[in-house]
Amino acid sequence: MGFFTDTSICIGCKACEVACKEWNQLQGDPAKFTADSYDNTGQLDAQNWRHVQFIEQVPDNNGVVFNPTPIAGGQAWLMMSDVCKHCKNASCMEVCPTNALMRTEYDTVYIQNDVCNGCRNCISACPYGVIGFNEEKGIAQKCTLCYDRLQGGLQPACAKACPTESIKFGYIDDLHKVADDRLANLKTQGYAKAQLYGRDEKVYGGLNAFFLLMDKPEVYKLPSEANATLPSRNNLPGYVGGVATAVVGLIAGLLAFRSGRMNANNNTTTTPR
Amino acid sequence: MEHFASPPHWEWWILGYFFFGGISGGSYALGTLLRFSGNARDESAARVAFITSFIALVPCPIFLTIDLGQPLLFWHMLVDTSNGGLAFKPDSPMSLGSWALLIFGVFSFVSFLGAIAEVGWFRATNGIGRALRGAAGLVWSAIGTVFGLFICAYTGVLLAVSNQAVWSDAGWALGGMFVASALAGSAALLLLLARSRRDVDADTAVRLESADRYFAILETILIAIFLVLLAIAGTIGKVLGVWIVLWVLVILGLLASLAMRSGAARRWPPVAAPILALLGVLALRALVIFSAQT
Repeated sequence: MGFFTDTSICIGCKACEVACKEWNQLQGDPAKFTADSYDNTGQLDAQNWRHVQFIEQVPDNNGVVFNPTPIAGGQAWLMMSDVCKHCKNASCMEVCPTNALMRTEYDTVYIQNDVCNGCRNCISACPYGVIGFNEEKGIAQKCTLCYDRLQGGLQPACAKACPTESIKFGYIDDLHKVADDRLANLKTQGYAKAQLYGRDEKVYGGLNAFFLLMDKPEVYKLPSEANATLPSRNNLPGYVGGVATAVVGLIAGLLAFRSGRMNANNNTTTTPR
Repeated sequence: MEHFASPPHWEWWILGYFFFGGISGGSYALGTLLRFSGNARDESAARVAFITSFIALVPCPIFLTIDLGQPLLFWHMLVDTSNGGLAFKPDSPMSLGSWALLIFGVFSFVSFLGAIAEVGWFRATNGIGRALRGAAGLVWSAIGTVFGLFICAYTGVLLAVSNQAVWSDAGWALGGMFVASALAGSAALLLLLARSRRDVDADTAVRLESADRYFAILETILIAIFLVLLAIAGTIGKVLGVWIVLWVLVILGLLASLAMRSGAARRWPPVAAPILALLGVLALRALVIFSAQT
């Protein structure tokens, strides 16, 4: 099971955020001043398991559009309801030392609150900045894809609340078909940059929450296919580097101690303390 | 390379652990090397090294536990309460490190007991002291050294096995850089202690200076590689700016280790160079930990 989020029809109403917080009893972060954006949530974290990104490609005070989009004369106000991707090859699961992160029967990624000890290694590993640390509970938290609602035969709260059906929930194979059709439709309308993200295996083996984007992934703070790498890529090289340095260090140390001894044998004077 | 990961907020406790863990592992390795050098006059310095190793190790599990969001669940690092059995995950450096810390703790503690018996601080463990003399002791400390150096290295690998800017960009260099830095810092600390103890042979101290210089050269090479890797990844800017202050400390520490035997350094107070070297070790770890998370 999973999500297909069609950003082309997201209107930024934040109904998904509200529904998520209400169902999961999340208080939300204290309000903060974001100055140059209508986005008052900021980011995904322990209190925001859904976050509607506002990508404001509109003229600044000098009339310049930063990162112009190819549609609408260079101006656009892109919106994307971001969420845990429930990656098939999940970085967070790789590094979790306690096995608090587990794969559910729905193929989603779930943090077991009673197993997590708050080491925050998963936060360091998640390439999407999805997981946050709940200071009150002392554990890592993120979207559960409404595991409790799924068990009751309900769809996740965010998908239920989305008024434009930008967030679609269902079986992944069915969602792939819907996404393919929608992409083809957009292409025929001239949206050349429209693309699916996480639809295939190129990004973390495929995402159970995948997206239709109107611009390149980096614009939505998503790593490109080339940059979507697992933390374990550094495991073997890291240890090899450590071992090689340790061996060189030990040899250097032995040389220092042994050659020094030979010199000392030739010189009977001692250094004053 | 663009990174979108959130920072894990590993801060002061983790810095303390990385520093003391490195000193503990490095001191143990130096104690073993001093024993392997086969000179009886090095024996008192080796004992100081093993005592230092254990004392530096004591705060490590405390710091790690305090840093957890749920300190009382620290044992979940070792026991898999989700699937049953032991929590041992080779893909997770934090899991491997937890086990290594436990095992190294045993080696360090036993060597500590042997050392304090030989020094005459605690006669009840004379038996351990006797058992650790000779070939059996060398084998014991050699195995302990493997785990000690693993403690030095895995902290770097732990950072690299992530999706954070700087840490993951440095890839294979971080583990090695932390090993070299730990050895250099440990040599500096032993030198500091050796100079304050009458029973440590003056010639041993001179050879510790040589070893410290070699380790500092190794560390310098790895720092250069680290910076090149960051430049290639396009994230070198993250370790510059305000972090220049820490770089100055790192460079001073390296220069202190490299110049310890020079004529100019001989005019400094004897404690100056080792303290600068230790500050450099701390600054390097602070630089790596904090710069990536801001």
